[in-house]
Amino acid sequence: MGPSESDQLTASGEVSGVDPAALEVVPVRHPGRWVASVAVLVLLAMLVHSLFFSTTVRSGRRQPRFEWHVIDHYFFSSEVLKGLVVTIELTVIAMAGGIVLGVVLAVMRLSPNPLVSGSSWLYIWFFRGTPVLVQLLFWYYIGYSFPHISIGVPFGPAFFHLDLNSILTPFVAASFGLALNEGAYMSEIVRAGILSVDEGQSEAAQSLGMSRLMTLRLVVLPQAMRVIIPPTGNETISMLKTSSLASVVTLGELLFQVQTIYSANYHTIPLLIVASLWYLVVTSVLMVGQYFLERRYARGTTRAAPHNAGYWLRLVVRPRQSDAPFTGGPPHG
Amino acid sequence: MAEAMTPMVEARAVRKSFGPLEVLKGIDLDVAVDQVVCLIGPSGSGKSTFLRCINHLEKIDGGALTVGGELVGYRRQGQRLYELRDPEVCARRAGIGMVFQHFNLFPNLSALGNVTIGPVRVKKEPKEVVRARAVALLERVGLADKIDAYPNQLSGGQKQRVAIARALAMQPRLMLFDEPTSALDPELVGEVLEVMRGLAAEGMTMLVVTHELTFAREVADRVVFMDQGAIVEAGAPQEVLTDPREPRTRAFLARLL
Repeated sequence: MGPSESDQLTASGEVSGVDPAALEVVPVRHPGRWVASVAVLVLLAMLVHSLFFSTTVRSGRRQPRFEWHVIDHYFFSSEVLKGLVVTIELTVIAMAGGIVLGVVLAVMRLSPNPLVSGSSWLYIWFFRGTPVLVQLLFWYYIGYSFPHISIGVPFGPAFFHLDLNSILTPFVAASFGLALNEGAYMSEIVRAGILSVDEGQSEAAQSLGMSRLMTLRLVVLPQAMRVIIPPTGNETISMLKTSSLASVVTLGELLFQVQTIYSANYHTIPLLIVASLWYLVVTSVLMVGQYFLERRYARGTTRAAPHNAGYWLRLVVRPRQSDAPFTGGPPHG
Repeated sequence: MAEAMTPMVEARAVRKSFGPLEVLKGIDLDVAVDQVVCLIGPSGSGKSTFLRCINHLEKIDGGALTVGGELVGYRRQGQRLYELRDPEVCARRAGIGMVFQHFNLFPNLSALGNVTIGPVRVKKEPKEVVRARAVALLERVGLADKIDAYPNQLSGGQKQRVAIARALAMQPRLMLFDEPTSALDPELVGEVLEVMRGLAAEGMTMLVVTHELTFAREVADRVVFMDQGAIVEAGAPQEVLTDPREPRTRAFLARLL
């Protein structure tokens, strides 16, 4: 059996008797992709049907499976919106506290003093090592062990007393618990960011006469932000959902509010969907915010600079008159 | 002659170890005001470490090191040396400019931002005054059109010239150069040396760690050859580079040529 025509072409290294300009390129076929696409489309159709058009029999009556009218009724109800506001407040406060605590713990962890870095390590060990749900319950009930706290000389006279049981409302306990827990995780993120900045940067700053704190604030942290922001966005989104744990300390956040409603009317699934949809909405907003923050701190780096807003706008509203093939590269301008 | 001038840097029996490895084994060196001294020697000879000791980026373990008559990193009272606190160390460093092998520009700041950050933040000078001076400095190093460029938009030679301008913006009395052209492509070395030549001509006191023997021969008042943590030979460039007394110097120069 002799070599085929195409083999001859390459083996001999010359295009004998063929007009090279007339050769046609045939891309490789992907039949698997077609099969997969059809399967996905069928599954999607089933999902849409189940979500919006199917019915089920409850207590002898045929009803729509997902009760969208119930979802619609409660989506903008004042109880749900009140819960949403509490959820957002809790997320913001816990994250702000966590970030500040995280920076402090990270700097402590990098301290040359073994007692300082050791105590930071101990903190992280404890707060990462116990479930956040347990920590929330702990702070809620801490008044049992410490009914009063007083500020004064250690082991000496006190200047004033605080009644912990009256201060520790569910909101305070939840903010405290979530922030202290988040601080442990944030400190590792901040530490990774600080370590990612080349040591030459600190040396250059010091050679200009900057103090250690100034070097950290003006040179190291701004550059560490590029490494810190993506996981922090992740943490914020995670915190939004972790805040639902605060329902166990009777805080009226989003999940607690819908639980209160469905415990009275038994529309459990529709109300859980209401809560889920709101979580999705806020998460989407956070993702947009993270995108712009990342762009802000990508200054001076080529690799990490994401596309600008106009790029995404053009992807959605593609100008019609353009017949140029899409090459995959980002348009400039 | 240089010997009669006031000293800017005085090093006496300076010693430094990294763990069990002694990298400086008693360095004696004077740099007079307005002098340019080039430190040459094989890698690992301790010349960069010595340079970093001068602005206290490395702590010395023994001997005495003064800049402008002040001990680096210490205050003497009688027979005791008290280590200085961070703000005092910073104040002394602010009067010494340093240029690094790998530029170490701040990548998140423009060329102008790099040059102004020191005087504005450390010396608390008014922004407008610093800005005018920074623009003049960037013009002087030939980068008038790159004022708003970020470091990643500059070539290695341009980066190093911004770094020199950044150090000069602090109006230092002494400039330290740590192999300023070693990380550059060969065709970019000239533009950086040109700026350094200009500085030397204006009377800046400079201590330069370098492998550029031609530069050392032209610009240096004194050339110091170091090997294995000690000064082997020091003197005028013609003596050390053209007619070295020590066999080790001769061997090193032969390898470079």
